[in-house]
Amino acid sequence: MYEKYRIKQLSIFSENRPGRLAALAKAMMEEDVNIYAFSIAEGAGYGVIRALVDHPEKAFKRLSSMGVTVRYTDVLAVEMEDRPGGLYGAVGALAEAGINIEYSYAYSGKRCAVLILRVEDPDAAAERLLEKGARLLEISQFT
Amino acid sequence: MGVSIKNDTKLRVGLLGGEPWSTKMRDRIRDWLGVKGINCYGSSEMYGPMFTECSEQDGIHVWGDIAYAEVLDQETGERVAPGERGELVLTMLQKEALPMIRYRVGDITEINTEPCPCGRTHPRIRRIFGRVDDMLIIRGINVFPSQVEHTLMSIPEVGDHFEIVVDRKGALDTMLVRVELKKEAFTDNIIQLMELRERIAYRLRGALNIGAAVELVEPDTLQRFEGKAKRVVDRREI
Repeated sequence: MYEKYRIKQLSIFSENRPGRLAALAKAMMEEDVNIYAFSIAEGAGYGVIRALVDHPEKAFKRLSSMGVTVRYTDVLAVEMEDRPGGLYGAVGALAEAGINIEYSYAYSGKRCAVLILRVEDPDAAAERLLEKGARLLEISQFT
Repeated sequence: MGVSIKNDTKLRVGLLGGEPWSTKMRDRIRDWLGVKGINCYGSSEMYGPMFTECSEQDGIHVWGDIAYAEVLDQETGERVAPGERGELVLTMLQKEALPMIRYRVGDITEINTEPCPCGRTHPRIRRIFGRVDDMLIIRGINVFPSQVEHTLMSIPEVGDHFEIVVDRKGALDTMLVRVELKKEAFTDNIIQLMELRERIAYRLRGALNIGAAVELVEPDTLQRFEGKAKRVVDRREI
């Protein structure tokens, strides 16, 4: 029932060396894949790249064929108003719902701002966020 | 080519040798290829690979009518007791054109004179632990790449390839072990990746008695070798 809110984020294991990101970005360009949001988490000598794209399957296939270590991670996308207080509106609901965030990043889209959330149990989090009146984006809104 | 050796072939046994490999590697080969890996040993100066394990897979039989095996203390050159580690020396008993007497092959092993459960009484050598010239001395401690391999292969998240980089910072030797993360072990959770790295470092410290830095690298990125692998990069300038 909450499956439609499980947005497929690409998570990529990458060594921290010059040119690595450029190679991945070029592949996305060649596949005509648009990147909505993107972040790099820094480990020791490596990074985990997280990206939200319009065609995750196409991107996944291409990256895999390049030998890149990539996997899907389910994240939630919470709509925020793109004005002062927008983030507070979204995370206020999280606090009330008692949901802990593993990691998060955000982008400002054309229609609204979006908060991407990785939580332990996306379905339970989606349920409680919706109860609190949060607006969650569905997979169909990304493609 | 889409052929699974495990499911699509009847290959059951592989006689494998050429470089030291650990029992954990044997388990991986069994799980991955469905092949029972029988360790074999030899060198081209002898007659090629001529000594093998039996079905017990517990040591390589050195056929006593063909070769006489001794294990020597590397420093004193004296023979060590059965079960003690040292340098293997072979005397070939039937070779004529090229006689070999107490030939120093350069491999490190232990000898076992106990009769084997298979019924054979030929002495067995245990696995080859490394080469005499493989041994690294890091901060005064002897380290064999085979110890590193054995430790790494017992950690399921780690791939089959690794690299040891030895360097010197000031007066102190440093050791870095670069390991490939298995594709299926990759997680988006960076804390788990850090814990894995720490776990590998902890296990290496326990096995080697010296601390080594650990670096996780992408699968299939470390250099592959045909024939004998070169696992060590020693950047120390003596």
